Amino acid sequence: MTAVQKSPAETATDAAVEFRGVSRVFGETRALDGLDLALRRGELLALLGPSGCGKTTALRLLAGFDRPTSGEIRIDGRDVTGVPASKRDTGMVFQAYSLFPTMTAAENVAFGLRMRKVGGAERGRRAAELLELVGLGDRGGSYPHELSGGQQQRVALARALAVRPSVLLLDEPLSALDARVRVQLRDEIRRLQLAEGITTLFVTHDQSEALAVADRVAVLNAGRMEQVDVPQEVYARPATPFVAEFVGVMNTVPVSGGRITPGAAETTQVRPEALLVGAPDGLAGTVLTSTFLGPVTRLVIRTEVGELTADAVTRPGLPAIGEHTTVQISG
Amino acid sequence: MSSLLDTPTAAPDAPAARPERRWRAALGLLPFALYFLVFLGGPLYFVISGAFTDADGRPTLGNLVASLMSPQYLLAFRQSLLLSAVTAVIGAVFGTFLAQAVLTARPRSPLRRTVSTASGVLAYFGGVPLAFAFIAALGQTGLATAWLRSAGIDLYASGFRIDSLTGLALTYVYFQIPLMVILITPALEGLLPQWREAAENLGASAWSYWRLVALPVLAPAFAGATLVLFGNAFAAYATALALTSGSIPLVPTAIASALSGNVLVGQANVGLALGLDMVVVIAIVMVAYLWLQRRAARWSRR
Amino acid sequence: MTRGRRWRVVVLALAALYFLVPLVASAEFSLRAPGGGYGVANYTRIAEDPVLLSALFTSLRIAVLTAVIVLLLVVPTAVWVRLRFPSLAAVLESATILPIVIPPVVMAAGIAFVQANLGGPVFRALFDSSTSALTPFYVILALPFAYRAVDNGLAAIPLRTLVEAARNLGAGMTTALVRVILPAIRSAVLGAAFLTLALVLGEIVIARILLYTDTFPIAVVETGRSAAGVSVALSLASLLLTWVLLLAVSFVGGRRRRSLRSRPSVRRRTP
Repeated sequence: MTAVQKSPAETATDAAVEFRGVSRVFGETRALDGLDLALRRGELLALLGPSGCGKTTALRLLAGFDRPTSGEIRIDGRDVTGVPASKRDTGMVFQAYSLFPTMTAAENVAFGLRMRKVGGAERGRRAAELLELVGLGDRGGSYPHELSGGQQQRVALARALAVRPSVLLLDEPLSALDARVRVQLRDEIRRLQLAEGITTLFVTHDQSEALAVADRVAVLNAGRMEQVDVPQEVYARPATPFVAEFVGVMNTVPVSGGRITPGAAETTQVRPEALLVGAPDGLAGTVLTSTFLGPVTRLVIRTEVGELTADAVTRPGLPAIGEHTTVQISG
Repeated sequence: MSSLLDTPTAAPDAPAARPERRWRAALGLLPFALYFLVFLGGPLYFVISGAFTDADGRPTLGNLVASLMSPQYLLAFRQSLLLSAVTAVIGAVFGTFLAQAVLTARPRSPLRRTVSTASGVLAYFGGVPLAFAFIAALGQTGLATAWLRSAGIDLYASGFRIDSLTGLALTYVYFQIPLMVILITPALEGLLPQWREAAENLGASAWSYWRLVALPVLAPAFAGATLVLFGNAFAAYATALALTSGSIPLVPTAIASALSGNVLVGQANVGLALGLDMVVVIAIVMVAYLWLQRRAARWSRR
Repeated sequence: MTRGRRWRVVVLALAALYFLVPLVASAEFSLRAPGGGYGVANYTRIAEDPVLLSALFTSLRIAVLTAVIVLLLVVPTAVWVRLRFPSLAAVLESATILPIVIPPVVMAAGIAFVQANLGGPVFRALFDSSTSALTPFYVILALPFAYRAVDNGLAAIPLRTLVEAARNLGAGMTTALVRVILPAIRSAVLGAAFLTLALVLGEIVIARILLYTDTFPIAVVETGRSAAGVSVALSLASLLLTWVLLLAVSFVGGRRRRSLRSRPSVRRRTP
């Protein structure tokens, strides 16, 4: 059902970036193990996985900071495997603190153009334009240490975009920011990416971030690709148990005729929000924990078939910890 | 004592709300400050007061005038400044390259341990062992001299002497480089890897990265460290004493011979005036150093 | 990348050449025997020479005293500054630079003035012997790098957490310092102590000007006038001994440090 891998030939025509059988071995560990992945032109693909899964390795291989042990990498159909980072035409936004500290925001943004021998006046114009685009039109003369973390990342984004790269690389650009700024900047990145129509590889370990902004999500585990698909599919129909566990919470229950049935041979996977708490014909259980999450309350309920996690719409009368209740697949 | 740390979690600015407590905490710094005052400030006080009095204890400016006007002292100052400046610049440049070469090795590699410990020993040992090592290497019968001679280069025929200003400079560099390695390593470590990667990603060559990104960041720390090296060489005397037994006119040599009293009565106060001159030179260097330190700190604030 | 490696090799080779030749030459020179050929006579001379031997003991005594006073001054102060006066850290670091650049010869000039012109029981006691006269001022000379070494050691441990944990478990401030902090920065403390040793074994300016001629480095220089081989041998031995001690501390300390360093930090995650 879910296309775990598309064969390179299938996507070669519209692929902006392609990994073909790329492996990277560090000593004894295989950080990447035969990665096949194609980014379509103009899409934002989130590379999602736990730390140490190889996602950062993949990004650094694409940027040219590292060479693959085997396999090849193509940008716009051109093999760039042996091309140095400075000639790859990628724009990268790092985790944090990547702005050049002795240059103003505007000078930072203009740096790539300076390396491309663009004239001073044109550089200034383009830098101002991009700072305007990221909402920092009035901070061009500020030094990085005078900007907040979120502003610094905006400048870094403007800097990466200034050279009109063929692909934008985002290496956990939000991970060092406060929660509120993180969501704000996340949405802004998506808005800019759509407006500029730039092919983007977004590396993150945060599944909610990946699901929120990506056209497609690629889930990586232990150097291998687990699933590549649109967020809705990855969430609703995880291809492997790993994806099911990593992307959100998943209950595995025995079913018969679409109802939880203890002892049934068939099992299925159910998201917490698909479980109905207090269902009349539900399975009996005891509430172990109850976590108020705002609009919903997450309950962990011990039942005959194991501990189940269920999200109930917050309302008066929800069972409290230690109380008995019932639970069933809704609908 | 224990009550002083009742609010250990307080933010640095919080104790300001309770000035009396801050005062008591400040007592903890008293031994250190007092020791500094007595054993560094004491000698300095007598240098300064002695510089402004004559042999009979009457106030005078004569000593200072003599220390700045006599041709022999002017020569000593010129030689000292030249020696310090040259060895500071050579030591700073080569020390930075060496520090960077060592930093690119793995953190716990034998190379890094060897260089960092050897830097400590060589930078602070100074003096006597160093002088003897260079006599053994580049003296008349030294090993390096013999090697060079067998390679067709006769150092001594071409006028070289180990107890010359050149020989002294060569020896000074031996402790200037290690001191530079110690001083500049933290600044080099402060160059974040993502700056280099960002520069590369934006199309910069290695040279562009160093010229436009790394060197501007390093500049204040580099200049500050060079000033410390200058002060270090300017203040150094043990090496010169052991290597030349005072045959090269340097300010410390002049002070020592004025103090030894084998010249003229009352010369001791001129020696103290020379000492004051030295302190003034070094004070200027230190003020510049502190100013540069503050600039260097600006980049590291995040 | 290969071009990047090449400059590194050149720099390291030049450094090795410049720094090793004098040491190798010293070794060769010190092993020369008077009648030609090689032998260890220069190294064994110290055992037969009562002047050198007693000078060595004098200097070792000064070194130990100096190291103890330095550590008593530096460790509590550095801890205190980090815990209570972080804003003063910069001031203290600048202050500890001072003795590097206040010329020992100027210090000696000031002390010599006191020695020549002031009397009284305090000064008489101070200038009574080389140990009592030199130790206080060698402490000043040793303070800068000792402070830096100890402060670097403190920077590498979660100092505040350790102190709070110890105090939470009922330890007094002194106990926390001696039983918790000191072991954690053991290698920095040993490093500072051995560098103090290096300094004392190399200092001749103050001793010479104050006319205390019974210290080891002065004796080495004096011996050099008649027997250069002995001086070179003793210099080399003291230099290498200090270096080996520091290297040992670095290896032992490095092995232990790993477990201490597991506090979280904003470091780039490894891929």
